[in-house]
Amino acid sequence: MTATPGLGRIGVLAIQGDYAAHAEALSDAGASPFLVRKPEQLQESEGLILPGGESTTMLRFLEKHNFFEALRSYCGTHPVFGTCAGAILLSREVRNPAQQSLAVLDVVIERNAYGRQIDSAIVTADTELAGGPLEMVFIRAPRILSVGPDVEILARRDQDPVLIRQGHAMAATFHPELSLDRRIHRAFVELVRSKR
Amino acid sequence: MPDANGKHQIANTQLRLKVGLAEMLKGGVIMDVMNVEQARIAEEAGAVSVMALERVPAMIRAEGGVARMARPALIKQIIAAVSIPVMAKTRIGHFAEAQILQELGVDFIDESEVLTPADEAHHIDKHAFTTPFVCGARNLGEALRRIAEGAAMIRTKGEAGTGDVVHAVQHMRQIVREMKGLTVLSDQELFAAAKEHQAPYELIRIVAQTGKLPVPNFSAGGIATPADAALMMQLGAEAIFVGSGIFMKERATPLDVERNASERNEAVSRAKAIVAATTHFNDPKVLAEVSEQVTGTMKGLAAAALDEAQLLQTRGW
Repeated sequence: MTATPGLGRIGVLAIQGDYAAHAEALSDAGASPFLVRKPEQLQESEGLILPGGESTTMLRFLEKHNFFEALRSYCGTHPVFGTCAGAILLSREVRNPAQQSLAVLDVVIERNAYGRQIDSAIVTADTELAGGPLEMVFIRAPRILSVGPDVEILARRDQDPVLIRQGHAMAATFHPELSLDRRIHRAFVELVRSKR
Repeated sequence: MPDANGKHQIANTQLRLKVGLAEMLKGGVIMDVMNVEQARIAEEAGAVSVMALERVPAMIRAEGGVARMARPALIKQIIAAVSIPVMAKTRIGHFAEAQILQELGVDFIDESEVLTPADEAHHIDKHAFTTPFVCGARNLGEALRRIAEGAAMIRTKGEAGTGDVVHAVQHMRQIVREMKGLTVLSDQELFAAAKEHQAPYELIRIVAQTGKLPVPNFSAGGIATPADAALMMQLGAEAIFVGSGIFMKERATPLDVERNASERNEAVSRAKAIVAATTHFNDPKVLAEVSEQVTGTMKGLAAAALDEAQLLQTRGW
């Protein structure tokens, strides 16, 4: 599918991780993605995806050139969506180990909570999304330990929330960009459109 | 099977999870470490993963002897010390070492030509493992043979332990050139191409359709400076392995990061600079800044001066 004219330039934070897979998923969902590597590029972006990867690596970059502060203020006013490492960065509190985060979502999250790579899994389950069961790819995934009252839970793995939304922020502890199902990226593109 | 958007998805769930972890490492730097302190420095500098090993390639090259899998105790200490994924090397064909590494909870296994090969004909059947594998390659045929055996990530072999990037460049250029070459062939010609590359027809066909490997393509072997990392990324590498380039001082002497503060700082400065150069590989302004911050580089060994018998890259088949 080609990009719909006039529909959102959506940034993908491209410090490290599977940002290319997110850009492809956004294109499939009708948006015009571009890669964000510097804080000044945030202004060109109507919404931002924080991809999967290593959250410690991303943090080391954000600590430089006031990127962290620029991103925190951006997240206060723009739609954002984090997957896995991106979800960790958006959470209010991070455990195992404790680390700095943007505190956009009222969530406590634990890194590598399901174990190491041999414990990674693909799970298919019903969710709040229309259109039937959803495939969810978990890779060295974090676990959401608790959520605040304003957080809407859209999908669970057993009892744990794995897809959540709070206002204009979304997060998944799995990797929708690694599946061919584009419902979640379409939902984010819709969210960006609704905030214009 | 291609879907409505014409995309391929790997059918095997296990392999999707393995490739999935490789996807998460893209755009990052994987650093060889020989002790807990080096692993901490690597994580602190922004490495996406560390490779736990007994001796880095430059030391193996200088000291000789049989190079084997690292001690389990060392691997466990490193796993306990960092939150990023931990890799470890097994000898080519040594599936029992690989079984031990999987049992230890290593996140990625490198079936590596840097260690002394254990089998002169067979690589490990990597489908038999839950843990993903990375393997080295010098050309497309070698890469696809490793993928057929179950590798979830390919890296150029380069010439490890030299600090000379010339062979990594040669291998990356060759793999990219051979992939491009397949995209212009007709369906009938692909059968002969499979024979020529000594690789399975099914994989040849996927490369011909997509123009890229079905698994991530990283670079290793002689990368020692931020500029080397940027060079390999611009040539098409999706991430960078740095072996001897960060923690070595002289040919066979590592920087003393545990007791000498200035040598520790030097390792930190090299590690941070290579990480920054890998992210901003296309931005010469940033590359100039980070290159200026590096306080030293391993001395290195010109790969052209090595005898054929000293090459590590010719191991593996």
